[in-house]
Amino acid sequence: MLVTNLAILVLAGFVGYAVISKVPNTLHTPLMSGTNAIHGIVVLGGIILLAEGAASGTLNKALLVIAVAFGTINVVGGFLVTDRMLEMFKAKPKELVEADAEDGK
Amino acid sequence: MSTTIASSFLTDHNFRSVLYIVAFSLFIYGLSGLTGPKTAVRGNRIAAVGMGVAVIATLLVDPLHDIGLIILGIAIGTAVGVPAARRVKMTQMPQMVALFNGVGGGAVALIAWVEFRTSGGFADVPTYVAIFSVFAAIIGSVSFWGSNIAFAKLQELIDGKPVTIGALQTPLNALLGLVAVACGVAIVAGQHDEWLMLLLLVSAAILGNLLVLPIGGADMPVVISLLNAFTGLSAAATGVALNNTALIVAGMIVGASGTLLTQQMATAMNRSITSVIAGGFGGTVEAAPGAAGIAGGTVRSTSAADVAIQMAYARQVVVVPGYGMAVSQAQHAVREMAKLLEAKGVEVKYAIHPVAGRMPGHMNVLLAEADVPYEQLKEMDDINGEFGRTDVSLVIGANDVTNPDARNKADSPIYGMPILNVDESASVIVLKRSMSSGYAGIDNPLFVNPKTSMLFGDAKGSVSEISEELKVL
Repeated sequence: MLVTNLAILVLAGFVGYAVISKVPNTLHTPLMSGTNAIHGIVVLGGIILLAEGAASGTLNKALLVIAVAFGTINVVGGFLVTDRMLEMFKAKPKELVEADAEDGK
Repeated sequence: MSTTIASSFLTDHNFRSVLYIVAFSLFIYGLSGLTGPKTAVRGNRIAAVGMGVAVIATLLVDPLHDIGLIILGIAIGTAVGVPAARRVKMTQMPQMVALFNGVGGGAVALIAWVEFRTSGGFADVPTYVAIFSVFAAIIGSVSFWGSNIAFAKLQELIDGKPVTIGALQTPLNALLGLVAVACGVAIVAGQHDEWLMLLLLVSAAILGNLLVLPIGGADMPVVISLLNAFTGLSAAATGVALNNTALIVAGMIVGASGTLLTQQMATAMNRSITSVIAGGFGGTVEAAPGAAGIAGGTVRSTSAADVAIQMAYARQVVVVPGYGMAVSQAQHAVREMAKLLEAKGVEVKYAIHPVAGRMPGHMNVLLAEADVPYEQLKEMDDINGEFGRTDVSLVIGANDVTNPDARNKADSPIYGMPILNVDESASVIVLKRSMSSGYAGIDNPLFVNPKTSMLFGDAKGSVSEISEELKVL
């Protein structure tokens, strides 16, 4: 199991490197906040420990609830913020931009 | 609770594993969409769907314990995360990312701590679980506290300038790191006392604080992407400890991308990652205020009306934005000015230095917010060849990334850093609040170049004035 997991670990590292090296500088901020959201996947760790009943006692459970809350902030916030940023990069339909320009004057 | 929707098929271990594979495939597919602005929105949403799949998969256990607490945690996280993400201004994006990164690291450290507590100090788990958990605890804790300090600096809750404790810094950091690692080794070797784990978490926490405190504003892009990589790696380690492939793959991808970005940022500043971490860039080099460098010439200041005339009759204007544009929220005013220039037949382009601003790609986000067309945003290597046939370079709140000393002056602290060669254009206009030096604390001979004129004042105000003048031309 350990060896399989290590193999996955190494391969994932190379995949990450390959995928990310194609992202242009211009999109580096959304890239960073997007990957930032993805590491919020650690929320799974908290959920698993709670769901499988691995943790007993108030302190353990309280710590896990905080961990789940933290992880959720990371995931939800990260994806939303990235979405907001990327929406701005999307080219607007031409008429819309010109209409904006008219408004601006 | 145990007899909810869960049928034996849904809670089958292999079914869950397949869902994890679906989840990480969606992450990879989604991220590969980020290579272009057209596919990026969809890519991000695909990755979010992957996250949903992964969360659902974890809930498919029978019996399902503590669902109430799980929902509570998710509810709290959503209640905090959604409004924060909705309200944050684009200029505040770096600190938002730092904060989100920090809580991720915090979650990693907490999970490792609970694992320690529930396994009798890793007594009843294989050694490798202990090793990866200890690693996750150290890195997660460093990342949590480091990110919080980065947030506080960027939000100006604490001084953004480097805070150092002098020569003690490096030995102290080394000592803290050593203490954390020693505790980890002891735990792995079979010590089950909880104070070892607490000492590990606390020393890693102090280390996280001390690592980021000395780092000045201009180095922030490097640090934020480094901390991002840290959290990713610690999540991957948690994945190995919990035998969860989704965590391993997702964490590693982030670790790899964060490392790659960090390297690119460091290269763009011609500094090694270690020297960035060593910190103190802004504080230590300004001992001699470079009187010789800049006293050789005089600064010529100009007026908005003159700038407007100069640009209106130009063929090509290149805008060089920096952190100053972000601070004064001038991006919309800049776009407005560019539209007026374009209406007069002037070609407008934007030259983006990789480390302009406080996070990688910071300027692009701000300009995109102001609806600047993506095609006009030029990366350094693409635009540097064009300054030779540019009539006016308009530098807005950027300093160090235009400093010709980086090319010419071997003893300059930024010597060797690739810069935007604005001094090759026919004339240069610098919008700046005052004659103070940039974050690196060094003089910029560009300001006394005979081609250069300075327009002092708040960037937004200055740009709006130029626009007013352009309208009456």
